[in-house]
Amino acid sequence: MKNFIKRFYIGIIFVFLYAPIVTLIALSFNSSKTRAKWGGFTFKWYASLLQDEIILQALWNTLIIAFLSSLIATVIGTAACVAMQSMSRKMRALFMGITNIPMLNADIVTGISLMLLYISLGVRFGFSTILLSHITFNIPYVILSVMPRMKQLNPHTYEAALDLGASHVYAFFKVVFPDILPGVLTGFLMAFTMSLDDFIITHFTKGAGIDTLSTKIYTEVKKGIKPEMYALSTIIFIAVICLLLIINIFGKKSAQKDMRQDN
Amino acid sequence: MKKELITLQNISKSYDGQLVLDDLNLFIRENEFLTLLGPSGCGKTTTLRILGGFETPDSGKVIFDGSDITTLPPNKRQLNTVFQKYALFVHMTIAENIAFGLKIKKKSASYIKDKIKYALKLVNLEGYENRMPDSLSGGQQQRIAIARAIVNEPKVLLLDEPLGALDLKLRQDMQYELIRLKNELGITFIYVTHDQEEALTMSDTIVVMNQGYIQQIGTPEKIYNEPENAFVADFIGDSNIIASTMVRDELVEILGARFACVDKGFGENAPVDVVIRPEDVELVAENTGTIEGVVSHIIFKGVHYEMEVMANGFEWLVHSTKMFPVGTKVGIKVDPYNIQIMNKPVSEDEEASTVNE
Amino acid sequence: MNRKKALQAPYLFWSVMFILIPLCMIFYYGFTDKTGAFTLENIMAIATAEHAKALWLSMLLSLVSTVLCLVIAYPLAMILSSMNVSQNSFIVVIFILPMWMNFLLRTLAWQTLLEKTGVINNILSFLHLPALNIINTPPAIILGMVYNFLPFMVLPIYNALVKIDKNVINAAKDLGANQVQTFIRIILPLSIPGVISGITMVFVPALTTFVISTLLGGSKILLIGNVIEQEFTRAGNWYLGSGLSIVLMIFIIVNMVLSSVFDKDGEGAIL
Repeated sequence: MKNFIKRFYIGIIFVFLYAPIVTLIALSFNSSKTRAKWGGFTFKWYASLLQDEIILQALWNTLIIAFLSSLIATVIGTAACVAMQSMSRKMRALFMGITNIPMLNADIVTGISLMLLYISLGVRFGFSTILLSHITFNIPYVILSVMPRMKQLNPHTYEAALDLGASHVYAFFKVVFPDILPGVLTGFLMAFTMSLDDFIITHFTKGAGIDTLSTKIYTEVKKGIKPEMYALSTIIFIAVICLLLIINIFGKKSAQKDMRQDN
Repeated sequence: MKKELITLQNISKSYDGQLVLDDLNLFIRENEFLTLLGPSGCGKTTTLRILGGFETPDSGKVIFDGSDITTLPPNKRQLNTVFQKYALFVHMTIAENIAFGLKIKKKSASYIKDKIKYALKLVNLEGYENRMPDSLSGGQQQRIAIARAIVNEPKVLLLDEPLGALDLKLRQDMQYELIRLKNELGITFIYVTHDQEEALTMSDTIVVMNQGYIQQIGTPEKIYNEPENAFVADFIGDSNIIASTMVRDELVEILGARFACVDKGFGENAPVDVVIRPEDVELVAENTGTIEGVVSHIIFKGVHYEMEVMANGFEWLVHSTKMFPVGTKVGIKVDPYNIQIMNKPVSEDEEASTVNE
Repeated sequence: MNRKKALQAPYLFWSVMFILIPLCMIFYYGFTDKTGAFTLENIMAIATAEHAKALWLSMLLSLVSTVLCLVIAYPLAMILSSMNVSQNSFIVVIFILPMWMNFLLRTLAWQTLLEKTGVINNILSFLHLPALNIINTPPAIILGMVYNFLPFMVLPIYNALVKIDKNVINAAKDLGANQVQTFIRIILPLSIPGVISGITMVFVPALTTFVISTLLGGSKILLIGNVIEQEFTRAGNWYLGSGLSIVLMIFIIVNMVLSSVFDKDGEGAIL
């Protein structure tokens, strides 16, 4: 009985979180152009998606910005974590405090502040301003996922590598990096996801003439979302699920291997 | 003989299809210091958790003071537990930690205050009332965990590897402390450990367990001097375990040489295991021993020398205060009383031990 | 020494350039007028009827959604921490996976679900229940907030709960506490850092949102976020927008301080 209530509760939350997603997937197959009524099943939006230059350009912008910003953020963030290891307590607290600002601050304030910065520097709004902004809010995600790994690290392994004659760079990449790699990867993926899903900060820093998927959707809200957008979202979503399933299957296999080794 | 307080009857327990305890039977007397000793995974902690009420056995009964408590929840049991790694409530002061059980029982404020004072005195931490657990050392936290349990005046205190996280010196001090506490409180202690020295020092009774089976129950002396099988012999202290043949009563053939012993009733020409403790192996001048050998290793250990002597194809472990340099030819002698004969494992219980080795 | 500097320099530069200086710019614009002279007018503008109303409504809606999130999330976190699901698969399913469906679209989908002739009302009328007409009203905005920010409440609480040593709970039971007593005296106090961090993670974005109100509130409901957004993108009055943002930041800072007091080493943090 207790278990039933637990499952029921989780089930309701699950429905709550996924009802809109199912709705969107259903809309991508709706032959009626308005989302208000069901006009029958169709694949036509998927076909016309491939012809839609504007959406594809927005998709490209979204992906390239997400990729570049999370990559750069991962490098800067990981380097900062390594540097923080050898810092005094106070300095580290200061660094982490600064790191927390974009995390805890409202997106709208971050977006506005960056917009004001670009205006006063006279930077032309466009691709580069979006990229710079995304790197800014991505770095904290990297730091927050690498730092715990870094703390678990035995500092003596690095020293041991140096003792055995390795150079600093060699020791880092051979000894430290493999250990923090899972954190680095998590950080990269988190950053990528955040960048992909961001609207607010992009909204304030993009300027005219360039759109990501988010900003494109926002401008379409008033006149009605193009059904091709639903089709694109469905493709992305299904692709991610497939990717996760593959990772999960492989992950389980290697986890089982680990278990066996432990025994 | 004191009366039986707790009886475990035919207890079995498995996790995910793996049998952890198999038909375990055990009784614990009032005012006894009983230790469950064994390697990790032997089922000792599971036994303790069943006693504490944190696990229910798949089958079997737990009888406490005449009544069946098998399915009684932990908060209704008259036993208290000192947990591994202390499990103190980090968001409460020391006083609040100790008062926890008493407040639940709705004791008066003055009673609680007295009890806290008494308990802190008992564990030598007077004046620590308002400290937080985080600010205490491991040994101090351990004492608080004990104080928190004993203020409830349990009839039985369960201790789950309580000294495991402490360093050696502190561990030894705490062993004496625990014995003192037990005597002062006059209650039953059930203690779980994998440390044989801890078990030998503190216990009235030791229960040696392996792979879910009880291997031997007895006093520390009995367990050490008369191990019933090779697992017990090997787990408790160093020993030479040698496959041998019982020629007849009081005569055993070890590595081709005949030794007098005191055991009887194994039959004639029966295969047996022989246990000889390293301190019981006597090294004598060449050609005067029962077996002849050559010293192959020697290490100075402080109290004694630890030597290895190669004799008739077996490396004998020897503790002696006399020093024989490596390469010395020596004779080996063993007093008949120091030869412990054990049956070869035939029953399932004893097989478990050989599998693990 | 140089190596250390080389490693920390990029981040140091970045955080000064793109975090600290921009924040200072907000303060600069917020306290000056178009001629560059010091003024408190932009800050005081919050007191005008229109702005005060928007701020009041924002606070009300964000408070209600924060409480709702807490009420929904705590039992969920308890259930999840008591089950043997692996932490990763849970985080992915609840938190990461939906993010790959654009959040504007997900929120918009609620329009389809909530409309007069939408999916939910069809189900309700099928069950002969009264229709739910909340689209373009504050309750729809609250629903959007709860929908978008619920994971931010679940995760920190879940993280705080799974961190509690099972033996600590066992110890409480061992000392005589029943389920309710164990919860009130042990589990709840030990999960407070997670709760506080969840509250901050939900309250700040809910207070400052302008997207959810645009998407689910129709065009009539203005939150403080909408006001600020319009000052920047339509009215082009950065001075007033900055001034109102500073007012907003007071709440955010109070929130940050609260969370750092209760959560000294970031234990309840989202990651």
